[in-house]
Amino acid sequence: MTVAPAPTTTEVKLDQAFPEFVKPDTRKGYSGYLVAPDKLIEVATHLRDQAGYSYLSSATAVDYLEEGKMEMVYHLYRMSGGPALVLKTQTPRDNPVIPSLVSVYPGADFQEREAWDLYGIQFPGHPNLKRILMWEGFHGHPMRKDWKEAYYEEDHKPFDLRWPAGQVYRSEQKNPFGHNVKYPEGFTIEGWTPEGDTALYAGMGVITEAGGHMKTDQIVVNLGPQHPSTHGVFRMVVTLDGETIVDLQPVMGYLHRNHEKIGERNTYIMNMPFTDRLDYISSMSNNLGYALAVEKLMNIKPPERAEYIRVMMVELTRICNHLWAIGFLLNDMGAFFTPALYAIEERELILDVFEAVAGSRMMCNYMRFGGVVRDLPAGVLEKLTELITDRLPRKIDELDAYLTHNEIIRSRCLGVGVLPAEQAIAYSMAGPVLRASGVPYDVRRAEPYSLYDRFDFNVACRYNGDVYDRYLIRIDEMRESLKILQQVLRDMPPTGGILAGKPQYQVRVPAGEAYGRVENPKGELGYYVISTGKPNPYRYHIRAPSFINLTALGEMCRGHKVADVVVILGSIDIVLGETDR
Amino acid sequence: MYGLGILRGLGVVFKHFVDTYVDDLRWLGRRYYNPEAFRVRQGPKAAGIFTVQYPEEKLVTPEEFRYIPFLLYEEKPDGTKEDRCTSCGICAKVCPPQCIWIERANDPKTGRPVPAPRQFYIDIDICMNCGFCAEYCPFDAIKMDHDFEIASYDRTTAHIYDKEKLSKPVSYYAHIRPTNYKREEEARAAEAAKKAAKKSAAAEKAAS
Repeated sequence: MTVAPAPTTTEVKLDQAFPEFVKPDTRKGYSGYLVAPDKLIEVATHLRDQAGYSYLSSATAVDYLEEGKMEMVYHLYRMSGGPALVLKTQTPRDNPVIPSLVSVYPGADFQEREAWDLYGIQFPGHPNLKRILMWEGFHGHPMRKDWKEAYYEEDHKPFDLRWPAGQVYRSEQKNPFGHNVKYPEGFTIEGWTPEGDTALYAGMGVITEAGGHMKTDQIVVNLGPQHPSTHGVFRMVVTLDGETIVDLQPVMGYLHRNHEKIGERNTYIMNMPFTDRLDYISSMSNNLGYALAVEKLMNIKPPERAEYIRVMMVELTRICNHLWAIGFLLNDMGAFFTPALYAIEERELILDVFEAVAGSRMMCNYMRFGGVVRDLPAGVLEKLTELITDRLPRKIDELDAYLTHNEIIRSRCLGVGVLPAEQAIAYSMAGPVLRASGVPYDVRRAEPYSLYDRFDFNVACRYNGDVYDRYLIRIDEMRESLKILQQVLRDMPPTGGILAGKPQYQVRVPAGEAYGRVENPKGELGYYVISTGKPNPYRYHIRAPSFINLTALGEMCRGHKVADVVVILGSIDIVLGETDR
Repeated sequence: MYGLGILRGLGVVFKHFVDTYVDDLRWLGRRYYNPEAFRVRQGPKAAGIFTVQYPEEKLVTPEEFRYIPFLLYEEKPDGTKEDRCTSCGICAKVCPPQCIWIERANDPKTGRPVPAPRQFYIDIDICMNCGFCAEYCPFDAIKMDHDFEIASYDRTTAHIYDKEKLSKPVSYYAHIRPTNYKREEEARAAEAAKKAAKKSAAAEKAAS
């Protein structure tokens, strides 16, 4: 790897290295460093090359309306593990400009586009700064604190109209095209052309010399958004030379619902069921990440038994998710539904457990701040023991025997969509995709949360970085999860509290910021929460692994055939609920 | 040998195929519509065909299963119904999508609020079945239902449930969630006993 050998344990004193333009963030409850915007690239390059902070986990904006400032917050990590280094840079709100970090961390690409789209921050130096989640004709930047959505009722929940004089109405009765929708001045629908699409296609589809003797047209093809292989509504604009991919740009946002804005209207506890709907295949993990972030702010710790139950649920979720991912990867290859259904059968049994414990199969809403909502009901542990010790290991072996050595699968996967380790880190890839590229980085080990420092398990790692390794690593991870689950069954205290303190619907969260991250089945899921001490989070940001893992899709697909694109996308394993938020 | 992997894989499929017949033979025609077989078929020992013959057969909803809230009322011996709800508004305040509307009742003479709801609405199109209302209700007055077959022909008129549609007797709750019901009744009885003891202690103090 090109990354310089880094001092792994020493803390970087950034304000001493750059005393003129870096100062520690001294606001109450905040941490990290404030950097002058014009020196941001210099500091980031220093951190990457000299201090070993080669991984940009999250880059997000915060709108400080009252102070008239916009802030970009960067969370940087070392691949050798350890806590984050948080960089912040501020810019005036009326003309927010921050230099782009894409040249230092290519993984900032989509995240800066998101900040431009939702906050209107300009990033000079960004190669492709255009809207990513909202549609091209959208007017305004919806995450700004002074932007109001179409069904706007009040700034914060609970809404006054609900109680004590609840006058019921249907939301649809409110006209969505009323005064809440803003149009640019002089806008007419007849005179409007979707400029974003024009920009998207510009530069694609030029005539080239192919092979030196024949003139061929490159053509631009839209794969999706309505296509079974896109795992939801997701579009890939590809430039083709014959059947070879020359360029690929993902287009997303069809499921965008401004989850983060909803989250900032909600009270803290209300966000819990909303997190279920991000990566709806693994809602238990989503719950845990959010609970960890808020628990950091509240400074509470769940009781022992609750922690064990949490780990158990999260690891079961990982098995569910990987079964699903493998099943549908095979679907994408054309093995229509037999492997998927074999995998889903086992997932079904795990979902039955979730239903018995949490009350719902997919929208679990199971974790609370300081614990879980209820203890395991009678009979669940017996069923789980049977599943974990007998059925699941057997079935994972069966899946392995069924698929791994299949020659068709091998020829479709080996050497396809290769992502080298350096690029995987640079593009901020996370989870199985990162580890399949030979980077043994797992948040459970790198910065252990919950009880993960107690368990004996290996961080699965494969070294070729192709689709086949991404398939194998999921099998490996399921086996490691089973190992953890068996230890949970062995060590879990048979009785004990499941919640720190009393159940509260209105939690008091001290002012400050927190970044809670977990190793979700799809990659590193991070929640960046800012509290001002009020009942609602001031900022609620999600570092969505599905979203950021797509940054490298174009890079992985270049030079491959159209049919491979489908397989490569399947091997990243995205969920659009999380990608689009 | 090239192709061996495919053959092994097909072997797995063939085993699954044979397993369905083996499992049929095992139950000898009693595989379907038989609670005993159903439990095994949907458990960790499941083999053969995994699907359920809906709607003739339905998956058993576990006790904690949650779907659309309902309001509880006590059936008095004289046949009247008494709502448990005191219209305190906690459910409306904690509801994440804000789909609960409560109209508090007022005393007809004094105009003061009384602890009962005049009207109670839930827009089930908006309800996300999170169960917070049931979880945080201090009076055990709102609970999550088990009835998930609520398809209707007209969403614009039928999907805002009012108090009448939402109300169900406590006996129904005891039927769908027996362990929860038992635990809550015990807690309520303990609470009532504590209150009574306090009252009698206060009365004794006043008398002495």
